[in-house]
Amino acid sequence: MTETLDLLLSAPFWVAVLRIATPLILGTLGVLLCERAGVLNLGIEGIMVAGAFIGWLAVYQGAPLWLGVAAAAAAGAVLGLLHGLLTVTLSLSQHVSGLGLTLLATSLSSYAYRVSFPKVDKPPTVAPFAPMEWLPVPVLNAQTPLTLLALALVPLTAWVLYRTPLGLAVRMVGENPAAAEGQGLSVAGLRIGAIAAGSALMGVAGSFLTLAAFNAFFFDMVNGRGWVCVALVVFASWRPGKALLGALLFAFFDALQLRLQQAGGGVLGVELPYQVYLMLPYAMAIVALVVVARRAAYPQALMKPYRKGER
Amino acid sequence: MRLERRAQVSGAWLLAAPFAAVAFTLLVSSLLVAWAGAPVGRAYAMLLEGGFGSRLAITETLTRATPLILTGLAAAVAFRARLFNIGAEGQLYAGALAAVAVGGLHGGSGFEAPAWLLFPLMVAAAMAAGALLLLGPALLKSRLGVDEVVTTLLMNFIVLLGVSALLDGAMKDPSAMGWPQSVALQDALQLDKLVERSRVHTGLLVALVLAVALWVLLQRTTTGFEIRAVGANPGAAGFAGMPVGWVTVTVALLSGALAGLAGAIEVAGRTGYVTLDMSPGYGYSGIVIAMLAMLNPLGVVAAAVFVAGVLVGADSMSRAVNVPTYIADVIVAVSLISMLVAAMLTQYRVRRA
Repeated sequence: MTETLDLLLSAPFWVAVLRIATPLILGTLGVLLCERAGVLNLGIEGIMVAGAFIGWLAVYQGAPLWLGVAAAAAAGAVLGLLHGLLTVTLSLSQHVSGLGLTLLATSLSSYAYRVSFPKVDKPPTVAPFAPMEWLPVPVLNAQTPLTLLALALVPLTAWVLYRTPLGLAVRMVGENPAAAEGQGLSVAGLRIGAIAAGSALMGVAGSFLTLAAFNAFFFDMVNGRGWVCVALVVFASWRPGKALLGALLFAFFDALQLRLQQAGGGVLGVELPYQVYLMLPYAMAIVALVVVARRAAYPQALMKPYRKGER
Repeated sequence: MRLERRAQVSGAWLLAAPFAAVAFTLLVSSLLVAWAGAPVGRAYAMLLEGGFGSRLAITETLTRATPLILTGLAAAVAFRARLFNIGAEGQLYAGALAAVAVGGLHGGSGFEAPAWLLFPLMVAAAMAAGALLLLGPALLKSRLGVDEVVTTLLMNFIVLLGVSALLDGAMKDPSAMGWPQSVALQDALQLDKLVERSRVHTGLLVALVLAVALWVLLQRTTTGFEIRAVGANPGAAGFAGMPVGWVTVTVALLSGALAGLAGAIEVAGRTGYVTLDMSPGYGYSGIVIAMLAMLNPLGVVAAAVFVAGVLVGADSMSRAVNVPTYIADVIVAVSLISMLVAAMLTQYRVRRA
């Protein structure tokens, strides 16, 4: 028991938590933006793969790291525009379009990677972001600037959503598009814009994996993180602050299971297969969904396509 | 821009839409093949030949289509009731593992029961495993309003890890040299071959019969009507006195059972045991197939054969002209999206606002 306590008080543990949380924070904010405007974006899993690949590819071709991040954001935005075209302009099923987008983005990334690097034994690597050792804050000084960006985006997103006319308009098309239309707002424009911005964040979340957490691109590296973000948004009641909390909580369990696995000796004296530890974060995400289910305040117009003049 | 429902759908549009979608898909994949530096015409010829061009190609495609029909049906029936079951992949593995649990050679011999008794038990166990796996998310959806997309997606990861743990532990084949592989299925429980000197097995017939049965259920029975009504408008269905929650649960059991059966049939018809790579995403492909088929059970058969043909054909194309096999997934994804758009444009026209 004391060992567990020591672990929870150690700096490396919290460094790991924050590192695991970073892509989740970015991805969750991305999903939050889309859903606040009334559109479910299940393309996130594929958009993260595309962001991871494009960001890495740009840097591998000689671009500076931040240009790689920008390329990942742009790739995300383009895929988001496609999702917007399908779900908003053509009002296709948001579930199906999102899953189709994930399949498209994932397979295109894998295809492009294999065409660019037909026969490599070891995945080619880049020099990733370095930790910000100059920062006088412990734990944070072991992180890369992308973590700082993710943390800064939380209050920024909250400010835009709650303190600006643009944010009000975005929330309005997610709650009551007809009323927004009555105010002279373009429902389609706002929704597509929010999807593009949210998807850009998902792309950046992916680029964190290849440009900060690791230094190469692997096919399975996103591994369900996108879906977890979709769950975290519900858990967060569509609020940026709670999204940060949810991402940190999820990362806490992920880091904890890693440590428990490494420590060995099982839990309460029972030896468990390592897979049980790996299940823990996914199970926690489901539990979190169930816990908040009763009071989940879904945006009223979520998943409802809006057609002018139709009720 | 806005959409305006067409007053009447012209027959020419309905006919042209799928062709336009296919043409667009071919265009996109041609560009990708050309980018890989391969001759486009030859690549397509290889794809077609590898998928449908010979006896071997056709039997391989049908073998691959068998689990895809079943997972496609699982997705189609669930989506009809607007239960978005994205967990067919996990349900397939649960079914496969349950099948081996009942019919496997545990301790060298397995359960000593006659095959006529053990086979139905094996199938029932697999279907129950898949059904139970979806029951949880379905109840959470109907009782607490928890979105089933996210829960079923996350369940896939949990189930795959659980299968991995069991293949290392209780279900492990001790003679597999440390390779994570389950014990083999008893020989008496293996499905017969449908065509000599091929891998096509009688599971294909099961899948075809179930496709017809599901079509009858959906189109010709009260239950089917309720399923479609709940999918079209749950509020109106409830107002009309239909037990919406109960329909959702029924559909979940049906959908999960179909996906579980896909796992059992793969084990009994093709692999003979469970490994972690026995399904290259059949559960996820099933969703695409159901959408391509517009959720029609009979259409699922055609869509599954198409997808299977592309997957099998892409393998031989990849070998012949050195285009990565991932082109198959791209073709399936692009055809899905363009089919959806084409179908939408047959019903609606885009107008400048």
